[in-house]
Amino acid sequence: MGDSVQTTTFLDEVASLPACDKINECIQCGVCSGSCTTATHWEYTPRKVIALVRAGMKDELLKSNSIWFCVSCYLCTARCPRDIKPASIMHGLESIALKEGYKPPTKTTTMYRTFSDSIVNNGRVYEFGFMFKYYLKTNPFAAIKMIPMALSLLTHKRMPLFAKKVKGTADLKTIINKLSAGGGR
Amino acid sequence: MRYYTYYPGCSMEATGAPVEESIKAIAKPLDMELIELEDWTCCGSSPFSGVDKVKAIGITARVLAQAEKTGLDLVTPCSSCYTILQEANDLIKEDHKLAEKVREALSAVGLTYNGTVKVRHIVEVLFNDIGPKGLAAKVVRPLTGLKVACYHGCQQVRPSYGHDDSELPDWLDQMAKSLGADPVDFPLKARCCGSSLVISESDVAIELINKLLQNARDHDAQCMVTTTCPLCHTALDVYQSAVNSKYKAGFKMPVLAITQLIAVALGLDYKQAALPGNVVSPKKLLAPYFASKPQAVPAETPTA
Repeated sequence: MGDSVQTTTFLDEVASLPACDKINECIQCGVCSGSCTTATHWEYTPRKVIALVRAGMKDELLKSNSIWFCVSCYLCTARCPRDIKPASIMHGLESIALKEGYKPPTKTTTMYRTFSDSIVNNGRVYEFGFMFKYYLKTNPFAAIKMIPMALSLLTHKRMPLFAKKVKGTADLKTIINKLSAGGGR
Repeated sequence: MRYYTYYPGCSMEATGAPVEESIKAIAKPLDMELIELEDWTCCGSSPFSGVDKVKAIGITARVLAQAEKTGLDLVTPCSSCYTILQEANDLIKEDHKLAEKVREALSAVGLTYNGTVKVRHIVEVLFNDIGPKGLAAKVVRPLTGLKVACYHGCQQVRPSYGHDDSELPDWLDQMAKSLGADPVDFPLKARCCGSSLVISESDVAIELINKLLQNARDHDAQCMVTTTCPLCHTALDVYQSAVNSKYKAGFKMPVLAITQLIAVALGLDYKQAALPGNVVSPKKLLAPYFASKPQAVPAETPTA
């Protein structure tokens, strides 16, 4: 990352992310939107998301709920006739939105952050801790609704209450820090 | 004996526990040794790539580098881990700028990665290394007449790493058949369960889970047989009650991971097959099979 970032277009910014480089080869055929498992919930469907990136309409796109409904089912990616990997582009866009402080209308942003914090702090996702923190941050009342399910998981021995100690956590932190120092993208 | 490096993934230590237990239970009778990767860390999963794509690759690369030291195929039962590990493995080979960043980060913790790891899904291992015939040869408790809807889910078959069909896969069907079961037609077998949104956008996920259960019921399945993905299994089994409350659907559909079904057919008992861990109990459904005595394995299996 350097001074050049200021002159970089939104399209360049996206295309420079891992697995997002083929975005320019999109022919707007709409197979991605037609295949998308959750397209009815997106303010802009996957095909439109790609069009908005290419038109440089960053704010319109990243303020919307689009991209955050991607369930990583990879139907778009398996079917795309230009092999542009739309699912990877959606996750790439998510990372730009989070880094640049956009606040799209979804709780998935908080879920992603809490999930990732759990990895950084524990080396692995510690499911009970992650869910507990997520509900505290978003809606503690929703956590009350989740109690029956949590109890069911507990009684079926599917929800350990304490995180395992993972030696590799320190290494993981070092790797992450190294990659921040070198400029995230 | 076949040896593999085994990467369970984080969910197997919690919500995926019954699936994990059944995998461990069938490994020995199938002459597989699953050696758990020492001191493994999370693959990053899709949420991390949504937070930072490059750091996410770094996190995944640690797993690949650790696995490379073992010299064995890296096998995971989690479909999400599978896709994440495969994608990172490809990107490190194809994207040289990224590979350089990752190499530097790994060297800071004394690791290197040369790109030689073969990432495999355990369902692919069961299908290709053991195979339906190999399974059939070990069946002592045939599941004759059991109507199953085989759910492959998304990431075991997509974005597609050149194995099963990415639209209508049938490996689970073939394996279930080799155990004596009767796989029903199940059009939504490779549609998503939405589990990545089950916490933050639960209505969206519950709607998808409802569609899958409904489709299985419409085709007269008595139970679902899932891939080993802990997220798929949890969505269909644990969240079934949430579907019932929202849609008044009245589902009582037992959901067995394929490895639980294999365990039953191999003659393991209810507990060994990790079935007490299932929230929707398959006890009644499977009672007739457990009631009959396991047949002795024929000394010679000419069909195998």
